[in-house]
Formats: sequence, C-alpha cells, structure tokens
Amino acid sequence: MTDSLMVVPAPKAGSQRVSSWKLLFHNRLASIGLCLLGMLVLVALLAPVLPLPDPNATAPAERLRPVLSEGHLLGTDQLGRDILSRLIWGSRVSMTVGFSATLVAAVIGSAIGLVSGYAGGRTDNLMMRGVDMLMAFPYILLALAIVAVLGPGLMNALYAIAVVNIPFFARNVRGVTLALSHAEFVDAARLSGKGHVSILATEILPNVLPVIVITMSTTAGWMILETAGLSFLGLGAQPPQADLGSMLGEGRAQLFTAPHVSVVPGVMIFLIVISLNVLGDGIRDVLDPRLRSGALLRPGPRTAVDPDRTVPKPGNADAVLDVQGLETGFTRNGHYSAAVKDVSLYLQPGECLGLIGESGSGKSVTALSIMGLVNSPPGIIRNGAVYLHGEDVLAMPETKLIACRGSRVAYIFQDPLTTLHPMHPIGRQVEEAIAAHQRLDRSSLRECSIALLERVGIPDAGERAKHFPHQLSGGQRQRVGIAMALANDPDVIIADEPTTALDVTVQAQILDLLRELQKERGMALLFITHDFGVVADICDRVAVMKDGEVVETGDTRGLLANPQHAYTKRLIACVPEIGQGKQFLEHVSALFRPENWP
Amino acid sequence: MPAYAAKRLLSVFPVLFGLSVIVFLVMSMIPGDPATAILGAYATPENVERINRDLGLDKPLVQQYVIWIGNVLQGDFGRSFALNRPVLDEVLERFQATLVLAGVSLVLCAVIGLLAGVVSAVRQFGWADKVITFVVLAGISMPSFWLGLILILLFAVKWRLLPASGMYAIYGGGDFKDLLLHLILPATTLAVVAAGVIARLTRAAMLEVLRQDFVRTARAKGLPERQVIYRHAFRAAVVSVIPVIGIQAGFVLGGAVYIETVFQWPGIGAMLVNAISTRDILLVQGGVLVVAASYVLFNLAADMLQTMLDPRIRS
Amino acid sequence: MTPHMLEVRNLTKTFGGGRALFGGRRHMVTAVDRVSLALRPGETLAVVGESGSGKSTLARMLVGLEKPTAGEMMIAGRDADELRRQGPRAFGKIVQYVFQDPVASLNPRKTIGEILETPLRQLNRYDAEERRARMTELLDAVRMPADTLSRYPHEFSGGQAQRIAIARSLAAEAQILILDEPVSALDVSVQAQVLLLLQELKQSFGLSYLFISHDLAVVEAVSDRVAVMRSGRLVEEAPVDALFSNPQDPYTRQLISSAPKVHKR
Repeated sequence: MTDSLMVVPAPKAGSQRVSSWKLLFHNRLASIGLCLLGMLVLVALLAPVLPLPDPNATAPAERLRPVLSEGHLLGTDQLGRDILSRLIWGSRVSMTVGFSATLVAAVIGSAIGLVSGYAGGRTDNLMMRGVDMLMAFPYILLALAIVAVLGPGLMNALYAIAVVNIPFFARNVRGVTLALSHAEFVDAARLSGKGHVSILATEILPNVLPVIVITMSTTAGWMILETAGLSFLGLGAQPPQADLGSMLGEGRAQLFTAPHVSVVPGVMIFLIVISLNVLGDGIRDVLDPRLRSGALLRPGPRTAVDPDRTVPKPGNADAVLDVQGLETGFTRNGHYSAAVKDVSLYLQPGECLGLIGESGSGKSVTALSIMGLVNSPPGIIRNGAVYLHGEDVLAMPETKLIACRGSRVAYIFQDPLTTLHPMHPIGRQVEEAIAAHQRLDRSSLRECSIALLERVGIPDAGERAKHFPHQLSGGQRQRVGIAMALANDPDVIIADEPTTALDVTVQAQILDLLRELQKERGMALLFITHDFGVVADICDRVAVMKDGEVVETGDTRGLLANPQHAYTKRLIACVPEIGQGKQFLEHVSALFRPENWP
Repeated sequence: MPAYAAKRLLSVFPVLFGLSVIVFLVMSMIPGDPATAILGAYATPENVERINRDLGLDKPLVQQYVIWIGNVLQGDFGRSFALNRPVLDEVLERFQATLVLAGVSLVLCAVIGLLAGVVSAVRQFGWADKVITFVVLAGISMPSFWLGLILILLFAVKWRLLPASGMYAIYGGGDFKDLLLHLILPATTLAVVAAGVIARLTRAAMLEVLRQDFVRTARAKGLPERQVIYRHAFRAAVVSVIPVIGIQAGFVLGGAVYIETVFQWPGIGAMLVNAISTRDILLVQGGVLVVAASYVLFNLAADMLQTMLDPRIRS
Repeated sequence: MTPHMLEVRNLTKTFGGGRALFGGRRHMVTAVDRVSLALRPGETLAVVGESGSGKSTLARMLVGLEKPTAGEMMIAGRDADELRRQGPRAFGKIVQYVFQDPVASLNPRKTIGEILETPLRQLNRYDAEERRARMTELLDAVRMPADTLSRYPHEFSGGQAQRIAIARSLAAEAQILILDEPVSALDVSVQAQVLLLLQELKQSFGLSYLFISHDLAVVEAVSDRVAVMRSGRLVEEAPVDALFSNPQDPYTRQLISSAPKVHKR
C-alpha cells in the first residue's frame, strides 16, 4: 500500500540503478575482452611511434626467418619483411576497415529499419522486400559480387562488407521500431502534439539505441573476419599495403616450409575477433533487459530447498494439505529477498480455501512452492514444511515429488494460452497428463482424454481434441487446463488465478464448472485470486495475504462481513460492488482521509 | 497446410526475379567495356561495335535485361571467355562439387549445433556447458580459412592422416571412400562457424523456453524431467532454430568460397574467385545466380519445415 | 440544448480486408459497427464491454489515433476530419487519452519532467518558466511530490504512474478525457484512490469523461450514463440508475448477473 491520496515520497533515485559500465565490469569474461581489445587497439594506434622496422622494407637475404630470431621477434616473411611490424600495421588496417564497415552498416541499416518500422504499410513493405533481396544472397557471395564489380581493393571491400551487413541492422532495428511505434507512450507523445520526426528522434530512437549497440557489438567481429577473408582471397588490400588477411593469403604459399608466416596473422585475427565477441556478449547481457534480470537461467525440475530449513510439525492431523511456516524467496545478483514469510495454511478434504491478496503479496509463490514449482534459480524455499497426508513434500526425493505432481496435487494456471503447449494438440496434452501416472494403451488413453474434455464442457470433444490451443477461445482453453488437472483424480487442486484472464461472463461459467466438479469429486481446492467477489462465490474459507504474510484467515462469510485486520477491512471497502453506485466513492474518500489512517 | 505450402512456393518467384534483377544490374554497372574485355586492348573500333551489337549493349537497360533473362531461362548463360566453354556447363559441374561439400557441412553443423546447444542449456553452468561455450566462442572467432590451413598442417603435413586438397586422389582414387577422406577436413572446417552459431542460438532458445509457462504446466502434470526437456521444451525451441539453420545454409554456401580455395576443392566458390580475378564477368554472373537461387530454395525448405512443426504459423 | 462535447454517428471501423498480394480477399474484421453516441458537457459516459467488443477501438478513434472507416465524428462542435487535417496538435488540445497500462504509456528513457513538458510546449506553447510552474501545479493536482520531475518511470508503482499519466493528459488543457480502462491494471485499493482522484479532477478542472471499462461495479460508481457494447455494436444505452435497476438488453442482464459479488444479498 504505497499509494495513497496523501503525498507519498517517491523511491530514492539511483539507489537500484546499477550503472551499465559497472555491470559490464562485473562480467569477468567481458572485462577480459575489453582489456584485450583495448590493448590491441592501443598498440595499433601507437604503430607510428613504436620502434618498429619499416613493414614494407624487403630484405631478400633475411627471408623466412623463424619466430624468435634475432632482430625479428616473429621472424620474417618470404620477402624478408619483419612480421611483427607488418602484423601491427596490418592490424591497424584490418581494425580500421572492420570498424568503419560496422559504423557504415549501422548508420544506413538503422536508418532503413527506423523509417520502415515506423512508417509501416507500403513503405515498410517496399523497404523490407529490398532488404530481403539482399539477404536472399548467401552472405559472402554478395560481397564477392560487389567486389567483382568495383574491382579488388581495400575501400571496395569495406563497401561490400558494409552493404552485406546492412540487412542485419535494418531487420533488427525495424523489429524493435515496429513494436515501439505501437507502444502506448508513442501514442501518448502523438497526443501531446509531437510530429513524426520528433517522435522518431526523441521517443523511439533512444529506445532503439541499445539494439543498435548490441547489433554493432555482435557484428563487428564478423566484419573483421570478412575483411580478412576478402583480403585473403586477394580481393581486399592490394600489395604493398597489407592487412592481416592479405598477410595470411600471401603466406599460404610458404605453408609447408614456413608455417609461421600464415599462422601468426591468423592468431592476431583470432585475438581481435574473440575479444570483440566476448565483449559483445557482455554488452548484450547488460543492455538486454531480459538478460539483465537474469531471465536466462535454467530452472531445475524442482525448487531448491535450503537444507538447513526449520521443519515445523504438522498442525492439523486431518488436513489433506498442511503448509507450515513456509518461507520462499529469490536470490538476485547475490541478494536474497523473501517473497513469502512464515505462511501456514491447511486444506480439509473437499473444502475450498481462497488465498487472496494484491499483486506482490506472495500468493502465487505460496501456491507454486507447495509442489516445488517455483523456478529455481532464483527461487529457494528457506523454511517450513508442506505436509501432504502427513508426509513432507519438501523432503521427498525428486522422483517421488514428480510422481505426486498431477496425481495427488494438480494445478490450474492463469493464462491458458501461455500455459498450454502451443505445438501439441489439446487432446494429446490431456493424454499426456493421464499417461504420466497411469499405464494405459493408446486407445484407452484417447477415450479417457475425450471423456475428460466432454466432462469439462468442450463440445464435440472428439474433434476438438485434434485442435491446437490457439484455435480455441480463452474459456475453452481454461476448460482444457481443468481437464488436465482432473486427469488423475487428485486430492488437491491448486488453481492460480484461473479466471483472471477471462471475461466476466466466461468467468462465471468456469467458476460454476469448478464448483460442480469439486462437489462431484470431493477434491480440496486451493483458489488463488485477487478478487473478493470470486472468493465470495466459491470459497468456504479464505486467507488474506499481504507482503508475503497471511494477515487473516477465517470462514468466508464471516470474514467478508466482519473483517478483523485493518488491511482486510480497507481492502474489502475498496472493492466497488454493483448496487453501491455513487456511494462507493463517498465511502472510499472517507477511508482515505488522513485521520483514518492506521 | 497444402494451401500454405503453395502460397509460400509462389512467393519464391518474386524473390528469384529480384535476385536476377540485382545480379543483372550489378554486372551492368561494371566499369569498362565488355567488348574490350573480350577482345583485349588491341580491338579495332569496328570490332568493338560489332560485339556491342551482338551482346545487345546498344539497347536500353530494360530491353537488355529482357533479352538476358530470356536467354537465362533457356539455359543460355553465355560463354566464359577465359575457359571458352558455356557458362552453364562450367557452373553446373562446379556446383555439384560445392553441393556435396556444403550439404555435408550443413548436416554436420545442424546436428552438432543442436546437440551442443541443448546439452549446454540443460547443463547450464556445468562443466559441459563451460567447455561447449568456450569451444563455440573460439570457433566463431576464427577465420575459417586459417583454421583450414592449421588443419592441413596438422592432419595432412604433420600426421599424414588425410589428404590436403582436391576432391579425389589424382592416382587411383575416385571411389566413395576416397571422396569421404577428402571431405573430412574441408567439411569440418566449413561446419565449425555455422555449428557455433546454431549452438549458441539453440542454447539461448532452450533457456528461454524452459522458463515459459507451458513448461511449468508440463512439470505440474508430473512429467519426468527428460520428457519436459525433450518433448516440451526442445520441441518449442527447435522451431525458432530452424530458420537460423536456413540462414546458415547461406553462410555455408558463401564460406565455401574460402574453403574451396584453401583445400583446392573444385567447387563453384573457387571458380568464382578465379573468375573475379580474370574478370570473367559472365561466369561470375552465372555462378552467383545459381548459388543464390539454390540458397533461396534452402530457405524455402527451412520455412516449410518450420511450418510443419509449428501449427500457429499454418493458420 | 447544450452542444455535445463529443458526438459520433454511425461510426464504423474495419480492419483488414482489401486484396492480398496473391489474390484472395483478406479476412475483414468490423471492430466498431455503426455506433452512435454523444457525450454531454461535464458528464461521465461509460462504455462497457468485454474483450473484443470494440470499446478500445472506439476510444482510439475519438482521439484521432485511429481513422474511422465510415461515419461522422464531431468533437467539441468541430468536424473530426477538419481537425485531422490540421495535424496532431488540433486533436490533442481538445481530447486527451489515459491508457490502461500506465507504465507502458510513459517512455522508459525520459524523466517525468520531460514527459510532462511535451504537451505544455507542443500544445500550449508555454515558455520555460510557465512550463515549470504548470508542472508543479499539475503534480500537486494529482498528489505527487515535486521531486517526481527528475525521476524515471520505472521508479514508480502502477498507481503512481497512472497519476503521472493523468497529469500529462491534464497538461494539454483539453476539456475531454478518454479514459481507457484507467484502473484495470491496478490493485483494488489503488484503483479506488485513482477513481477518487479522477472524480475530484473532473470537478476542479471542469472535464467531461468517456470512461471505458469492463468492470460494471466501477462503472456504476463513476458514471452518469452507460453504453453497453458487444462485438462492435451498441446494444444498450441508458442513464446509470436505469441501466442497473432495469436493464433492457439480455446481454446487459447477463453481464450484470455474471459480476461476482462480495456480499451476497
């Protein structure tokens, strides 16, 4: 409850905003890459002032000296030129061409992508068909064709490589721009009186910039490789000028007699490119908000449980499910914070317990903790016990826990579009739920699943079973979710906001179905919701959660009519109800007067 | 599905048309006079004019294109002046060799890439993940032609295990086993980069999918972890990797240019490099057109495969 | 009779249609189908409907973010086509819009100060000093502290972000606010406060509201008249008391009976 009509101090700025640089240096690999690249660039920049022999001075008498010979640290090439000196001067050329090509491709490609994505319609279509055309050529082939036209030479290689890479920028930038140009803040800016140019430059571009930087950092390595490649083929740098690629190409003739002449420049290319790639990955990790929040951690099959957790005794002997002193939290960037603290609740056979709270109150985490479904990392169960028929679920070995999921405790989740597998027909998904716990042959599996689908009210279930989730309406998808939960006649069903994504009329139907099924099969139901109306409709008892703790538990009717805890009182008072009309606001305004604050 | 396939097949034609226009335009922009290129520097003005007329170069560009594409569609790509034989014959002959090399590499990189990516994701932060990540990073940071040279140095020169160049042994070769032996080094070299790219993307796709709600549903159903990973997560991840494999076909076809040069593989890449240095424009034109067209077909195949696996695209 | 703030007649919007590249007609969807409505000065007109009813498309047309396919639209007595010809500013000075997702409606890379400044500069042509003063007043009106200006959107909760978004729409000094599900993304306690704030602002700034919502209870609490939409069509329109005490259309009745009730009567 940080919002109130009173003036609320905003959170401190800057405290959680870790600077991007700091994050980058936290990444060990990326900082190694940055240091290595920095060194290489520095050496290349300093080439004119370093005490190096003339890279083009030939000395036939000194031909093909091996590495570590006197006066020539890296030996000499077929014309007796000093390889170290040529290497440094060559790196200078390679890096200049590679970075310039990156910049050219980034500027042109991003401009195309921005305009195309923002304009949409015909302009977009036309520009993107053009880009697709460029992409229809195998990568290096187009560069070859361009060099064939322009003639061999370093500048021409630069143009060719830039052109070939334009599509990458154009497509990436266009994708993001397209999404952004439909973003609400862009509409808002339009309504604030901004014109198209101003919106593109000041609203969209700043949000696209990270994508451009990421694409640059991940393609710069490629471009250096390609420059080297064209030079290797004799189509880039022309003698006497040398870049790393042409050194390698010229050295190839001596491969069998003096391999170091071609191996050394290759190592240099490798070092430049790997440092760029490592740095690029680091930059991507920092700038991509999804990666930044650690979204790419592989969750294990069950939530981690602290081995030193406290294990309270079961509190209710006749309960099917008894959660005692549960504490679940998340570890992010080395910091642990608890999402659920000391939560205890129980379910009697056949009853429906509502777990209600606002967003962030920890109700879903509680529900997922019960069968170890909180993603971990970053989740961890620090304390408490979950007794299923008196046996602690958290102490079960993995195989046993998995065997209990779906057979004794089943789940129904919120948004059935994302919770059903998009590429399996719904019938198969229900069959799979049955087959996970029962040994049945194919045809009986099919029969069972169709019977279940019929039971939950899917019309023409035999035919519908072949459909994919995206072909069903939201209500029907949730019915499939319910069918899967019912598949093995579980003792407990945990429904995590099962009707939140649905329209009210559909919600009413789904609630009716759940109530009916619960009565018919005698299951216990743990119903998670944020809606007091839904609780009143379906639950026997209700537990109210706030900031990870249960603040009040009681019989539904009694609790709603006469809430004890100040938070519950306020929460219920804030729910508008049909029939209250204008009184609602008067009522609320009294509630939020400063003198009524606890 | 058949309707979608037909529609997708039809959409290839405008792309092929666009390709031919680009190739034609690019080639017509070449500075200098094709007649001089054909006749050499000592051509008489009359001869130059005759050649120009024969080639249709005195006509407007659009008309030139129509004539050219008409000839191409009839299989007449012109004559290579350096080799003095029809371009199409040379291109097709060379393309077969490239197809063998690129095809083997593509299969190799797809299999290795997918496998490495999945293992890496499933064992995130384990030693297998670390090793794979390192190898992949090294692989994509290496110039492939340099890797080829190193492999020749090691396997052909130092240990004398494998042939260093060519497609068949000059004496006594020519059978399938001989071809295989000659393929190992170039195909491996060519596959390294593409395999790296595929492995990275597969890893990322798997990690992303493993976080999704439907994977949690699969777990909540009580499915064993193996099924969760392979039947649910991998199935969804592979759909997003397939287009990337299609794109890698382009990298492999293009990368063949280097590898064929390094290993003296008698393919179309090596031919193109030679043709560019001898400025045998018609040969370049024909070669580029054929390779690009085949790449379009590769992508079409990838697209079809993706559609087959993902029901959402179909409708 | 007083002139209407907003008046639409037979407003229609279709998406898709037309010919695809390779023959065959593309699928056409009629999002809004011949809707006629009027918003009187100083009133709150609610538009209620479930997902896909076309209520958001209607709202977007009213602020000029979407162009109607057919029908007439008068805004503060002026023809919408005429406004559209005058460019983006003309609409913004008369009608403003409050979005459902407050966080998405604020550019994550701009400070609140920069966000609030835009309409003051672009629509009202205030100089720097006036802008400064207006911004302080606006933040005061939505009960946000003055140091809000130097912060970024991600530093605020959903309810705070919605206050800021409301302040931005007030900055335009428009007379009409289109509120597109302004409280659906918020928790109940925050929702109640924002509704209260909207009610106060309406009086102090003399605004007229078009309030789009799927939540009948909220609608009953804030609106004077209610229009019910279903699959693009207007099924019923009535003063709020009449609609809830004596709904005419069967769909309206179904909506009312489906709404979950905390206290069973």
